Amino acid sequence: MADSTTSRVSFTLDSTLDSVNKIEQTAEQYAQRAGFDEDTIPHIAMAVREAAVNAVLHGNAYDVNKHINAAFEMTADSLVIRIADQGPGLNPDTLPDPLAPENILRGSGRGIFLIRAFMDEVNFRQLHPGTELTLIKHRTPAQSGT
Amino acid sequence: MSMKVSTRQVDGVTILDLSGRITLGEGSVTIRDAVRDLLAKGQSKILLNLAEISYIDSSGIGELVSAFTTVKNAGGELKLLNLTKKVQDLLQITKLYTVFDVKDDEASAISSFSK
Repeated sequence: MADSTTSRVSFTLDSTLDSVNKIEQTAEQYAQRAGFDEDTIPHIAMAVREAAVNAVLHGNAYDVNKHINAAFEMTADSLVIRIADQGPGLNPDTLPDPLAPENILRGSGRGIFLIRAFMDEVNFRQLHPGTELTLIKHRTPAQSGT
Repeated sequence: MSMKVSTRQVDGVTILDLSGRITLGEGSVTIRDAVRDLLAKGQSKILLNLAEISYIDSSGIGELVSAFTTVKNAGGELKLLNLTKKVQDLLQITKLYTVFDVKDDEASAISSFSK
């Protein structure tokens, strides 16, 4: 049973930009409920949006036969968001560094970098097929009410 | 809210007043098209006024970079005007703040373009 400091919700969504917007809005709502400050809430929402864009665009490539799963969990000490796609898989170790001089003027490749910049922990799991990103932001004791 | 663009000319500089969000599917293509149209018409001194841009994501950042390089490769200049704190922070995190020529005053921005 959810109480004031813990709750969980999950969705299975089509590979569309509408799904990205829904996931972003849910992230913002959960971040607000988790008690994060006004500077941190948009950062969490943006990180989650970037993960959802990756899932829809790079993972499932807008395939109508593939879906994305989004799960939001607020625990006593963290906000945990999982975004999973059914795509070919993503190896984060092969991603170019967007801050490197040779990449700075590239028109793409900053999504995972921003996710890592705004969240406390980012984990990748291969699903065969697909990739699951777990994004974690830690709550302070005051935020979790403990 | 999708992005809106209005265009005006001041002393040979084309100012694009942008408002709304620059995200995947919500403005990034609009910027690309607008810049391409301007270059096709020989208007290569471009100032993007971002004062009313409430939100930008990595796709939007990528579009700003692409617009910048497209204009530069065409021999023109593209500068940014009136960044909100959120957009400014994002450009600093991605180390693009020093790549772009960022201005906070329209008159001085216009006079900074090569004659």
